[in-house]
Amino acid sequence: MPIDPKEVAWVEEPKIGLLEALYIPAILNGLRTTFKHAMQPSVTLQYPEEKPKLPPHFKGVHRLNRDDQGRVKCVACFLCSTACPAHCIEIVAAEADKSDPKWADRDKYPSKFVIDELRCIYCGMCEEACPVDAIELTTLYNLSELGSQDKRSQYMYDREKLLEVYDITTGAGTDPIRTHAGSLGPASEPGAPMPRAKA
Amino acid sequence: MPFLETFLLRNLPTDWSWLASPISTLASIVVVFGMVMTGVAYGILVERWVAAAIQNRHGPNRVGPFGLFQPIADGLKPLLKEEVIPARAEKALFLLAPALAAMTTLGAFAVVPFGPADDVNGPIRFIAAPAIDIGILYIFALGSLAVYGVILAGWSSNNKYSFLGALRSSAQVVSYEIPLGLSVLGIVLITGSLNLEEIQLQQAKGTFLFGWNVVTQPLAFLLFVAAALAEAHRLPFDLAECEQELVGGYHTEYSGLKFAFFMLSEYVHMIAVAFLASILFLGGWHFPGFAEATSAYPLAWLVKFGVLAAKVGAFVLLFMFLRWTIPRFRFDQLMGLAWRVMIPLAIANFLVVLVVKQFKLNSAWMTAASVALFVGAGLWHATGVQRRISSPRFTRNAAMGA
Repeated sequence: MPIDPKEVAWVEEPKIGLLEALYIPAILNGLRTTFKHAMQPSVTLQYPEEKPKLPPHFKGVHRLNRDDQGRVKCVACFLCSTACPAHCIEIVAAEADKSDPKWADRDKYPSKFVIDELRCIYCGMCEEACPVDAIELTTLYNLSELGSQDKRSQYMYDREKLLEVYDITTGAGTDPIRTHAGSLGPASEPGAPMPRAKA
Repeated sequence: MPFLETFLLRNLPTDWSWLASPISTLASIVVVFGMVMTGVAYGILVERWVAAAIQNRHGPNRVGPFGLFQPIADGLKPLLKEEVIPARAEKALFLLAPALAAMTTLGAFAVVPFGPADDVNGPIRFIAAPAIDIGILYIFALGSLAVYGVILAGWSSNNKYSFLGALRSSAQVVSYEIPLGLSVLGIVLITGSLNLEEIQLQQAKGTFLFGWNVVTQPLAFLLFVAAALAEAHRLPFDLAECEQELVGGYHTEYSGLKFAFFMLSEYVHMIAVAFLASILFLGGWHFPGFAEATSAYPLAWLVKFGVLAAKVGAFVLLFMFLRWTIPRFRFDQLMGLAWRVMIPLAIANFLVVLVVKQFKLNSAWMTAASVALFVGAGLWHATGVQRRISSPRFTRNAAMGA
């Protein structure tokens, strides 16, 4: 059955004026646009020479924060490894030595804390899960190290390596926004103010 | 007589003095060939820079300072690549096509004065084949031959995309040769010569800029540039190799050095067209004030050479900017533009020149008539006269049976 012409939406060719019919003004207008762009600075980042300025909430390599005494902030609660969708965090908890005055106020600490940076999907859920703000994602993104013979095991970041990342990145101006360097969160530090409950 | 020839005549033994002319011709050929080749190599680099700048990118900047050695890398790469010849290609023609394309476009430079060819103080003669009285004819003949390279390439590769590209190319060249020739015919008529040197000298005789053909025949200039863009397969007329529809167009099956030859011929063509436009319409090396026909200060030849080079460079840059400014024509639009707009306008322009020449009118009449023709063509289109007299369009009323 042929289509009823009444149902056809008809698009008329737009009428053009004299200036458009002459082509040249339109071409000059186009040339002005291209010339304007040619004069604009380039938006390309010359990567190896120029580094991008990343926002503080960028999800890069993890770090383990230190408290004000330089100890690892982590209390080995396993919340991060439980939350991790990629199962890339391996923690072995140990009881803190109460007889050591340095560790007198702590119950647990991670004797082993390994993140498989190749397995990690950099989703940041460990950071959200952590009750004491011990694990955070930094703005470091170039993990590879030249000259390493063992290609895979170099990406198994252990506790010391993660603490080292903290030492490198803290105070670099790209600390994650919610870092309170020094004091532990209220869960591990009884004196710290509790965050106000949401109404 | 230029310096080199004089020098040879003075210093060669009398028995060998016949060598002076061939040697100086050879020198001219070497210079123009080197110039064109360098122009092509750096033209590609500049094209990439311009394209990048227009798209807010950097462009090539890794090879050498500011990427200046990029052309060397670009030239070496095809040398080292594998040359693939499709199994069912017509081998002889497949091999002939790139050679033909490069040869014909380069051959056109024989009659192009690439500097002040009449200057007796120049170091060499700035034209490989001087006093060729059919200069323009020769260039157009070679320009039409260049399309054989494209057609043979498309046909012999036995590939539908190549073939479609070649078909488009031949239709395009057949259409655009006519306005190209007609637009130059007016100049030939006014000058009374087909010799490029002569045409250039005539323009240099005018006062200030008024001798330039672009002033007396602006419409012919527009037609020439548009048709020349189509001849050189530059955007917006690069239907023969439009990547979105035809993969690579006629050179889809070419690789390595043979592909480089097509690339070369395309850029040589662009430079040749820029030279022609500068010489035919913009007075060649002439510029009022310091590059006149009467300029006789030392190194005047160098200034004139620079003026011509600047004009050619400006044209090449314009072509590169146009590439990113105007979208590609649809094929029927391309044909419509040639046959329904450019050819009638070119014929009308030619008639104007005939009348002016016959009745010995002031050349200002040609300028006025050019503008009038141009605006008239615009009005013709805008007011719908064209629509009323051309074949009825398929409109709503027609569809409704009213």
